[in-house]
Amino acid sequence: MRISTLFYTLKQGVSNIFRNKWFSLASAATIAACLFLFGIFYAIIANFQHIVKTAEEGVSVTVFFDEGLEDARIKEIGDMIQKRVEVKEVKYISDEDAWESFKVDYLKGYADGFTENPLEGCANYEIYLNDVSMQSALVTWLESVDGIRQVNRSEITASTLTGVNALIGYISLGIIGILLAVSVFLISNTVTIGISVRKEEISIMKYIGATDFFVRSPFVIEGILIGLFGSALPLGIIYFVYESAVGYVQERFNILSGLLNFLPVEQIFATLLPVSLGIGVGIGFFGSFVTVRKHLRV
Amino acid sequence: MNIKQVGERELSTGSGKKRTAKKSVNGSSDMITLRNVSKSYSTGAPALNGVSLNVKKGEFVFIVGDSGSGKSTLIKLLLRELTPTDGEISVNGYDVVRLKRRKIPKFRRNIGVVFQDFRLLKDRNVYENVAFAQRIIQVPTREIRRNVPAILSVVGLAGKYKAKPKQLSGGEQQRVALARALVNNPPILLCDEPTGNLDPKNSWEIMRLLDEINKSGTTILVVTHNREIVNAMQKRVVTVKKGIIVSDEEKGGYIDED
Repeated sequence: MRISTLFYTLKQGVSNIFRNKWFSLASAATIAACLFLFGIFYAIIANFQHIVKTAEEGVSVTVFFDEGLEDARIKEIGDMIQKRVEVKEVKYISDEDAWESFKVDYLKGYADGFTENPLEGCANYEIYLNDVSMQSALVTWLESVDGIRQVNRSEITASTLTGVNALIGYISLGIIGILLAVSVFLISNTVTIGISVRKEEISIMKYIGATDFFVRSPFVIEGILIGLFGSALPLGIIYFVYESAVGYVQERFNILSGLLNFLPVEQIFATLLPVSLGIGVGIGFFGSFVTVRKHLRV
Repeated sequence: MNIKQVGERELSTGSGKKRTAKKSVNGSSDMITLRNVSKSYSTGAPALNGVSLNVKKGEFVFIVGDSGSGKSTLIKLLLRELTPTDGEISVNGYDVVRLKRRKIPKFRRNIGVVFQDFRLLKDRNVYENVAFAQRIIQVPTREIRRNVPAILSVVGLAGKYKAKPKQLSGGEQQRVALARALVNNPPILLCDEPTGNLDPKNSWEIMRLLDEINKSGTTILVVTHNREIVNAMQKRVVTVKKGIIVSDEEKGGYIDED
């Protein structure tokens, strides 16, 4: 292809947008509306999952040792636990640490009367998991380890979080799937209608001897640009609205501030940006490519 | 540029290659050859039935007949918009029946075509409509800037190159279509009812242009209903009736239907 032809094609692609400004606007608006909804739902769902995940990470299993167990064996048990795939972090709490923590949390200034550590023999490991659904498997294993006297865990918290996580997973999959299907349908319909009204133009080009590539290229460029614009617009809005929305929710529901850990906008956009641009540009490209092909057989 | 120069100008492809005339399938100087061509649609009687026709290089031929006689089907077959049910067609050396789909654009670039409804790109001005025919064969921009005004002056529209089609009269629009058909200097010009939407004055103006173009060597085939023009111009007249050629006269006139 000559450079001049390439520039001509690009110029025609851009000019087509302005020549058919109402169609361009309708297409871009449809894409923008669909992807805006998609982006909002994605942000909400991603944050829900993040909040649940954060809550999961706070759930721990506590392991107490047999009385008089040697330090070497305690360390050995600690290493064994650390090697388990479901374990994220193991924290050793000595008798003294346990008593210090208890004093701060529960006794405040009334601990002075104690001359000895009442929590002697309460050294333990606090185990944090990667995936709370694997808690019971870990507990079963811990109970079989020599030197472990007792394993404390919260079965209800673990199973509730696992259930909530699965539910959010299914709901988000369903909603995002439906939104995507509706977006693809609406956007391709708009693109199809826009190009169909110009089928006479396509047939004229073909009568004069234009190749399919020559006829199609400006339409495809037009489709890509509309897709790009239609997806960039909602991304821009979400980017600027997200921070204020998060700030508002945190302020309004201050009481839940420990629970409401929102994702930073950069983390949301790490997925949302490529997916939205991909959908917008992809539909713009394939929609125009396929629709023009229908009218090329002249 | 005058019309003689239009006819003599080499087809500028932008690659520096000159167009070389191909020999037709039968080895003669025929530009268009139809042998026992039939075309049936899925419904109704055949549009063309065993039609044979030879058009020599540089000829001017009128194809006349009533509506539904098969004239437009003939044009569509020559442009390879349709393929015949039976028979062979050769245009400018191309075996049109066996022409592969991807070769159709190149084939059509050697045929100028003018329609009754002009078929101009409505959202582009006169210059861009004509230049489009050059762009598709990748003529360099500097040559387009030279060729388009030249051909527009031949059809008398040099001063209206910025106008959009809807700002022009029917006659002017048809002259733009004619300029677009001629700008690549095709050896054949097919005209499907070129005066069908024009008043007598503009009709005669278009026919005068076609006659001059023909004198410069371009083979011209005109499908028309215009009895007055056919009778006055005394060119070869092929009459089609119900898909069959019923008359082919060297210097004929419009045959009245019974």
